[in-house]
Amino acid sequence: MRKSTLCLSLIGVQSALFVAMLLHARAQEGRAAQQRQSSAALVRSLGLTDLCLFTEARYTRHPAMADRHAAFQDHPMGLDHFPSGSLVAPPTFPSPHAPLRPAVPQHP
Amino acid sequence: MRPSVQRYRNILDFALSSLLRRKGRNLALICVYTLVVFVIASLIFFVQALKREARELLVQAPDMVVQRMVAGRHDPMPVAQAETIRAIRGVEAVQPRLWGYYYDPVYGGNLTVMATDDTALAVESVWVGQGVARSMRVKEGDMISLRGYAGPMLFSIQKVLPEESELVSSDLILMSPQDVRSLFNLSEGLATDLAVQAGNPRELPTIAAKIVEQFPDARPILKSEILRTYEAIFDWRGGLMVVVLSSAILSFIIFAWDKATGLSAEERKEVGILKSIGWESADVLLLKFWEGSVVSLTAFLGGVLLAYVHVFFFSASLFEHALKGWSVLFPRYRLLPALDGYQLAVLFFLTVLPYTAATLVPIWRAATVDPDAAMRS
Amino acid sequence: MIELSRVVKTYQAGLATPFTAVDDVSLRIPAGKVTVLKGPSGSGKTTLLTLIGCMARPTSGRIHLHGLPAGTLPQLTEGDALEITSLPERFLTAIRRRTFGFIFQQFNLVRGISVLENVMLPTYPTGEDHAWVEARAIERLGELGLLRHLHASVDRLSGGEAQRVAIARALINEPAVIIADEPTAHLDSRLSEDFMELMGQFKAAGKTLLITSHDPIVHGSPLADVVVEMRDGRIVAGS
Repeated sequence: MRKSTLCLSLIGVQSALFVAMLLHARAQEGRAAQQRQSSAALVRSLGLTDLCLFTEARYTRHPAMADRHAAFQDHPMGLDHFPSGSLVAPPTFPSPHAPLRPAVPQHP
Repeated sequence: MRPSVQRYRNILDFALSSLLRRKGRNLALICVYTLVVFVIASLIFFVQALKREARELLVQAPDMVVQRMVAGRHDPMPVAQAETIRAIRGVEAVQPRLWGYYYDPVYGGNLTVMATDDTALAVESVWVGQGVARSMRVKEGDMISLRGYAGPMLFSIQKVLPEESELVSSDLILMSPQDVRSLFNLSEGLATDLAVQAGNPRELPTIAAKIVEQFPDARPILKSEILRTYEAIFDWRGGLMVVVLSSAILSFIIFAWDKATGLSAEERKEVGILKSIGWESADVLLLKFWEGSVVSLTAFLGGVLLAYVHVFFFSASLFEHALKGWSVLFPRYRLLPALDGYQLAVLFFLTVLPYTAATLVPIWRAATVDPDAAMRS
Repeated sequence: MIELSRVVKTYQAGLATPFTAVDDVSLRIPAGKVTVLKGPSGSGKTTLLTLIGCMARPTSGRIHLHGLPAGTLPQLTEGDALEITSLPERFLTAIRRRTFGFIFQQFNLVRGISVLENVMLPTYPTGEDHAWVEARAIERLGELGLLRHLHASVDRLSGGEAQRVAIARALINEPAVIIADEPTAHLDSRLSEDFMELMGQFKAAGKTLLITSHDPIVHGSPLADVVVEMRDGRIVAGS
């Protein structure tokens, strides 16, 4: 067999799998809404504000709710204590004491 | 087969023979290349999937959460403030939230205790998340003991929250408001924070401004800010992982650069031979193009496919140690595939193109040597 | 027939140290005959070969090819004489592929690649059918007694074998003209005699042969129809 045949079939198989991957992702998309239902219901009924990703500290468990004034927590220059702290960027929203601008862009 | 197609295949044949001459070296290159693509693609898939879940789930979050700050710290909030806030124009509903953290000394993990008004929850019972059940090794019907303010409190586990909801509920212990109050010794008039629903989300900034005006110690957090937090989370440019990764990527780039650009005298001579036996400059360039794209394309496709399986079938298990950190209670969630065509395209252009270009560019000048160069040497 | 008129090749023209390798050479190389260019090294023989073989362009002068097969170039009909010095590189390559087979002094085989693939290499860019070329290459290698080395790497071959692979490669496109540059330089006397015997076979098959050599086995051979002696880029005897 020619080397090019082997090589092209290998790339062909890889490409076919790649397309299959895209189709699989799309197919899962349809089922995703259904799978999310129980989580969405909990978020709605309990008024949850955060995903449960890291449980080691308050500011990693509830990044959106973190009090940003405690030492070593969310100061942009603060030293991170936890590995996940390097993945979780400090909140970008304005300080509570800064006057809120009336026209904050809204996300849907 | 048409001659033009045959030409591509013939030259591909020779490109492969040429690559196979340094079999070990080129195989190693493909492996390292695949690994680099795999790690980057895994990271992209993982972060994309989490960001999408955050987007899809947190739209259900309260429009606004109002906290009370005392001396720069989050402090319980008088429930009475809810009435004042409810009176502000545009506010539809205000719901006090009662929640807090509980450190379990037995297995050393942090839990989130939260009150629920759900009538299905029996007295002196709790619902727990999958992560809690796993870490405490308990199941439905078991009893758990929590250290309350007035001594140990015993709860029976009425329900373990469904597995599919683990992304939001892994560390939750849900109990009745009274139980939360006695566990933390919170007086009746206090709540952790207030969840505010507005009739028109466009009025939220105005409402927030009015709240801060009336209660200088209040800190309103808008839903848009919550969502923005999760857009910024895993900002991979700032991640520790990328610091580690970038050194790997850099060394790969140096390796690839050296491999691809270092046109040895031997290779230069070969180009001369090919030209002398009737190859044109375009044929030589096609040869090098094949050499570069065979390596980079197989590595790209292989890496992306492995990453997809890793993240969405094995829940990014290789990242677990990096993500787990100090967490004792580590949520396990099966991520739903979220592919972003744009990011795949960027990954493609960042991995396949530079390598192919790096193989092509140095050959450019060598390919235009006169065919008689091979004879003159 | 190949006709050269007042051909000059100067390297580094316009620079401080121009070097004229071929100086005012006019020559007729008859078809179907063996022409030997003899002379010491540095006399311009090899440069002249590259000019005739469309590998390089002369600085001045004209080279005409007669009797090219129709279809070598799109507008060419049988019997036309073609002036090659003014053609663009693309056409020169096309002519070179179909008309000339080169046997280089250093053999110029691609190392690390099998004998078979080396022989097939010149046909790759033409897009000829792979199976057909392979059959042809095996046939040529069979005629030259190299069948058992078919899939061996060329690095393992002896000098004589390597040259025969180079000859098979020169023949793969069935050229009308075979050009050999100092073919016996790396061969002992017996292998040189064998080489000349092969050349005799090619001559009998109607090929035009053009050989440079200062080896008496070559230029003294009864096969040599025309012997041209060169020195310092000029023809000093013969033609």
